[in-house]
Amino acid sequence: MSGGDAIPEFSKSKSGAKSGDGHEVSLTNLSAFASGPGIRSGKEVAAILAVAVIIIGGIELALRLFHVPLYIMPPPSSIAYALFDEFPLIAPHLGYTLVELLSGFAIGAVIGLVLAAVITQFPFAEKIVAPYILLLVTTPMLALVPLLILRFGFGYTPRIIAVALAAGPMVMINAATGFRRVDSAKIALARSYGASTLQIFWKIRAPMALPMILVGLMIGAIFGLLTAVGAEMVGGGFGLGNRLTTYSSMIQMPQFFAVVLILSTLGILIYVLFFLIGKKWASWEA
Amino acid sequence: MNTGDAKKPKLGVQAATKIYHTASGDLLALDRCSLDVSANEIVSIVGPSGCGKTTLLWSMSGLHSLTSGEIRLDGKAITGPHPDIGIVFQEANLLPWRNLDANIRFPFEIKGEKPDRAWIAHLLNRVGLDGFGGKFPRELSGGMQQRAAIVRALALKPSVLLMDEPFGALDSFTREEMNRLVEEIWLDTKTTIVFITHSIEEAIFLSDRVVVLSARPGRVAKEYRVPFARPRSLEIMATKEVFDLTNRIKMDIVGERTRPKAPERPSAEIVRIRP
Repeated sequence: MSGGDAIPEFSKSKSGAKSGDGHEVSLTNLSAFASGPGIRSGKEVAAILAVAVIIIGGIELALRLFHVPLYIMPPPSSIAYALFDEFPLIAPHLGYTLVELLSGFAIGAVIGLVLAAVITQFPFAEKIVAPYILLLVTTPMLALVPLLILRFGFGYTPRIIAVALAAGPMVMINAATGFRRVDSAKIALARSYGASTLQIFWKIRAPMALPMILVGLMIGAIFGLLTAVGAEMVGGGFGLGNRLTTYSSMIQMPQFFAVVLILSTLGILIYVLFFLIGKKWASWEA
Repeated sequence: MNTGDAKKPKLGVQAATKIYHTASGDLLALDRCSLDVSANEIVSIVGPSGCGKTTLLWSMSGLHSLTSGEIRLDGKAITGPHPDIGIVFQEANLLPWRNLDANIRFPFEIKGEKPDRAWIAHLLNRVGLDGFGGKFPRELSGGMQQRAAIVRALALKPSVLLMDEPFGALDSFTREEMNRLVEEIWLDTKTTIVFITHSIEEAIFLSDRVVVLSARPGRVAKEYRVPFARPRSLEIMATKEVFDLTNRIKMDIVGERTRPKAPERPSAEIVRIRP
């Protein structure tokens, strides 16, 4: 279960009845928020909001009270203001980053999925390529960005390649774990009706691998985001990563944190997206 | 297809031999095992664990190939999975990502045929699963899952139904209920059934014939005819005949080595196939 252990399981039913296992291993468990017993009551919402107000307000108050300089830590209000004020300027960069992330992720994910599906069909080939896959998974692809820039210039190309290189192996290694989960009885069932190898793949192996594939896609997307932003920080004049270096070099800390806020929101959106997909399509997994 | 002539067996196993090649050496699972099943008959196979019951059944289904010997369906040797043979696996074996309807549609999807909706509805009604089509396997009890598995196995109207310890995981009440259901289905469809079980009671209640396999390598050690008319009621299970028969079979299985010769009893007809 390489890499998959740290990922919360997709909650298996709307009733909120959850199994104990899988919860201890998860770093954060979104299902605790998303599938509580029924819809959250007004009281709960009020409490959550109150805590948020107290924390953010407390930070604001403390920063102003102790006259913490703006370049060390801007107060939340100035970050919020910067977010609104600068958003028209940041928005195009958000767009560039999204283009890099989506295209790089799509390329990496497709290649990763195809490789995982093919390689798990041939256990011997799998043994031969395993070390190289491990190398791909463990090497921070960010390290290759200067090289890629040297070869492909400062445009989209090196970044998209870096994102694909970061996302692909993550998708592949998790999907391969999924494809390796063979249930011989279910395959025998399909064979007893005369199913072809292709039918067994699409009707048995692929659905059985789906939960792990989704985990791989989610990790891949988040690694892709990291790599996209990192690559933008290394070189090139556009993208959210470029904004981060620009704002920090100009000591425009509120704007800097506004970009950080956008990036965390992106990360959370990726997580929630795959969580919801998992809930819809892989909720059978106990 | 259902009506062959009486002499010709529906399903014939001829000198079936199966050797598994394992890392720790070759394992002879079946040794010249021969068995004929007539059309419309219910035959149970019992035997000590590891005697090759499941190997035999999987060979009959065409899922396992034999090392030597032959399986014939309606006189024709089968070499692979056959559309006329349905299988009910241990522990239901439903696909957890599909709801009941989609599970039962599965055989038709593989075959590329349109599901026979009227027949499926009839079967679902027969096993008492009306209105459960939208449920997922995890939402159903073990008994209900196995009912759905039976419907799936019968969906393509096979003339032979192979059942591999289908109710082994169920509690005894549910198991009795399922046994009656199998009989009802048999009365309805007259499908030839080969039934593998650990439970001698289950074998006797269900079968026209109980076949006892010897310990590995599996061969047919004995056969017993069960002479009760159908539909059978659970009360027959309390009769002396069934009691004696149960003990006899038990002796065949567990007492094989310690008591090679079981005392003769007149209550059941004994057909000794192989010494």
